[in-house]
Amino acid sequence: MIKIAYFPGCSLEGSSKEYNESLLAVSKEFEIQLEEVHDWNCCGATAAHNLNKVLSISLPARTLALAEKQGFSEILVPCAACYSRLLTAYNELNKDAALLEKVKEILEIDFSAKVKPFTVIDFIQKHIQPKLKEKVKKPLNAKIACYYGCLLVRPPKLVEVERYEDPLMMESIVKELGATPLDWAFKTECCGAGLSVSRTSTVGKLCSKILDDALSRGATMFAVACPMCQSNLDMRRRNANVFLNEKADAPVLFITQLIGLALGLDKKELGLQRHFVPFNLEIFDKPIPKETLGKSKKVEEV
Amino acid sequence: MSRIGVFICHCGENIGGTVDCEKVAETAAKYPGVAYSVDYKYMCSDPGQNMIKDAIKEHKLTGVVVAACSPRMHEPTFRKAVSEAGINPFLCEMANLREHCSWVHLKDDSTTEKAEELVKVLVEKVKRNQPLEPIKVPVTKTALVLGGGIAGIQAALDIANSGHKVIMIEKSPSIGGHMSQLSETFPTLDCSQCILTPRMVEVAQHPNITLYTYAELVGLDGFIGNFQASIKLKAKSIDHDICNGCGDCIAKCPIKKIPDEFNAGLGTRTAVYVPFPQAVPNKPVIDRENCTYFTRDGKCGLCAKVCTKGAIDYSQKDEIITIDVGAVVVATGFDIKGTDFFPEYGYGRYKDVITGLQFERLASASGPTLGEIKRPSDGKVPQNIVFIACAGSRDPAKGIEYCSKICCMYTAKHAMLYKHKVHQGKASVFYMDIRAGGKMYEEFVRRAIEEDDVNYIRGRVSRIYEKNGKLIVKGVDTLLDAYPVEIEADMVVLATAGIANEGSEELAQSLHISYDQHNFFAEAHPKLKPVETNTAGIMLAGACQSPKDIPDSVSQASGAAVKVAALFSKDELTRDPLIAYVNRCGPPTYSTCVGCFLCVSVCPYLAIEKEQIKDRNGNLIKEVAKINPGLCQGCGTCVALCRSKSIDIYGYSHSQVFAEVMALFNERSLENV
Repeated sequence: MIKIAYFPGCSLEGSSKEYNESLLAVSKEFEIQLEEVHDWNCCGATAAHNLNKVLSISLPARTLALAEKQGFSEILVPCAACYSRLLTAYNELNKDAALLEKVKEILEIDFSAKVKPFTVIDFIQKHIQPKLKEKVKKPLNAKIACYYGCLLVRPPKLVEVERYEDPLMMESIVKELGATPLDWAFKTECCGAGLSVSRTSTVGKLCSKILDDALSRGATMFAVACPMCQSNLDMRRRNANVFLNEKADAPVLFITQLIGLALGLDKKELGLQRHFVPFNLEIFDKPIPKETLGKSKKVEEV
Repeated sequence: MSRIGVFICHCGENIGGTVDCEKVAETAAKYPGVAYSVDYKYMCSDPGQNMIKDAIKEHKLTGVVVAACSPRMHEPTFRKAVSEAGINPFLCEMANLREHCSWVHLKDDSTTEKAEELVKVLVEKVKRNQPLEPIKVPVTKTALVLGGGIAGIQAALDIANSGHKVIMIEKSPSIGGHMSQLSETFPTLDCSQCILTPRMVEVAQHPNITLYTYAELVGLDGFIGNFQASIKLKAKSIDHDICNGCGDCIAKCPIKKIPDEFNAGLGTRTAVYVPFPQAVPNKPVIDRENCTYFTRDGKCGLCAKVCTKGAIDYSQKDEIITIDVGAVVVATGFDIKGTDFFPEYGYGRYKDVITGLQFERLASASGPTLGEIKRPSDGKVPQNIVFIACAGSRDPAKGIEYCSKICCMYTAKHAMLYKHKVHQGKASVFYMDIRAGGKMYEEFVRRAIEEDDVNYIRGRVSRIYEKNGKLIVKGVDTLLDAYPVEIEADMVVLATAGIANEGSEELAQSLHISYDQHNFFAEAHPKLKPVETNTAGIMLAGACQSPKDIPDSVSQASGAAVKVAALFSKDELTRDPLIAYVNRCGPPTYSTCVGCFLCVSVCPYLAIEKEQIKDRNGNLIKEVAKINPGLCQGCGTCVALCRSKSIDIYGYSHSQVFAEVMALFNERSLENV
């Protein structure tokens, strides 16, 4: 049994509960124990880094420090926003000794900031993918648009992802699940992120472009690895459909849910009933559509 | 008893702004052996030099320390001045108060103290200097020109026309370089080939020029006036003395799908090929990496069967020749970034996103489309074309901070050529700034905008993606009110950054010349020595130094040629005698050298030989090392290695260096020499 430090963050306890459920379910299948960092706190996104630098470093630093005290050297961070904040803190603290001293004083914890955060995609690549093929019981018959959004691959200097404008990590994962990854143009475009709350129509517009590009190229569903991406493409589907000629009904699944399905796990265990855009297993029985183009209305610039 | 004069230069504010020069002069006056000490604002100026000359006479000086800038800058100046006053020039030394002191420290008492110490050290050294005579060496009046592009061609012709021999080597099968790939040239729109090809022919026919194509420099030894160049002549597999260039072999070659370098990858060529119809020499070579005769053990052999002259020679081998030359002009040119360098523009996966050089080939009458603008994917004429300037250039995030200089102009030219060929088409240019400094350049760009109706958009392009057979170009117009722009283009041309050639770092190292962080070769001085390198006798011409347009490359090439011609105008060169020597003394030892010859094994210039010391009857007494003054460069490696301290260097002897070190540590060591 491998033991890995785990920082779920707020999303995975609330709006993206199914990400948490599916991640834990899949990990269990691969005999990996995700151990929640005891007494973790808010990462600070997105309020803190707009207000105060030291605060924006100290908040995620506390979680890094706790993980270090609890004997871990790296930490799994599923939420892209949390990941970005923790990675920023990790980098800043490692290049600025004075800042580290200051943060230690603020937190009243003595730590070295050596716990490195990593994403669910990193996690799958390292721990799941090598044994994935042999464990797949139900290959997925789907054409999947892998959508990365912004913070999983950016800023490139911090995240160190190759091909940050056209990443291919999730593509290689869904291929092993038996699905066909989609070659499309909008995989790192903006979903509107936090405007979901304040300007839903803007999010609708942005998401409609993402949906339109993927669907017009023949996607049957989406794979994501970020709670924000998922909720904007899923929960704000109604707002997006306003801008589309044909209502889009392609479900948006977390990559862990897709893995779970291929492993033959129960729908409920993967939290698949929680989506706004309903997901039915019949979707895998339908033939994969050929490329159809030009569904969208003319959308004026946001 | 020495009588040393110390001259402290303010170098305007350069030294005087940080170092208390007056105080340094006062302190120096008290050093043992210093007879005269003074400071002045510009010691290198005429009054400054006269000050030195007058002081030498008035105070009967036996040595001079000028504390000023780097000796690289003005040592020759001051040595000349002291020799005019009657002292041997090698009795003048420079203390570097600028690069080694004022430029690297803040204004502070300790900075002045350091300046005083630098002077003190040099005073101790110059006390022990000996008068030396420059070594005279003959000049080989043959120049080596590396690269057969427009810069190399111009330099070669200028040198050859001034009456000297030139060896030109070019790594590809033909000379002509990038200029031969261009369609029309800015700002006049005259045809590139029409002005270039006559010069190529002139090079081939010039009695003073020996041309080696398909050749590479593998090594350069020696020094100014006396270099030895090793040149690899790659096997052409065709005897050019017999070949009449009929082209039958090319017509029959079955390997036809090799990306054509001359057409920037837009067309294909055969394995036996002439790069382009106007090539010089206009005879083919066999590309062994792609020819099945070589890749599959003698399969094929068709070209040999069809050649009526029997010129095909598969057994040819690469040959290394060594040539003595007196000077080198490096004109190896540049390269450009490919479209695969741009993640946001599709990592090079979109066929209709091309480089500026590829557009040149599309627009060229000798190109794969015979000058018609057709896009690579389906051969359709693009009705909406987008040009992106500064693709990679001026982008620190991409590691290329510099401006590639030529792109603003050629992008304007491209847009213009497109409009001249596709009248109803739409051309847009995304740009950061328009840099059109040059004679008639600004007017040229205005013409593109105003007369040819090219849509100039000031802003960057964030992404290109392909949809419905169109390339969606997403950018921003930053003028007036910044707003996003989306253009559905049929073709996009990236003015990709000009970069140093692959392998230029290795070439610079084998030439012993400096290069910058982008691997462009470095000039000796950015303003006053733009064509020389830091290695005497090696000049630069063209874009190997930095991206340049044709007029600049040609000007620099002519400049380099003049430098070479000036060098060749003398029969002998003098060089500094700061070389190593093995001591000799009377019998019975003759020399402290014990003949271990470790020095021979470490000398990088192969300058040390063995000498037999014999008695009157010719009997061998001992064998000792001897240094060839013509080859020794005074690097000092042998001195460091000599176990018996038998080797010393003129001008940098053990006693001088120890005196310098001791001056820093021990006041009492300042004996009166």
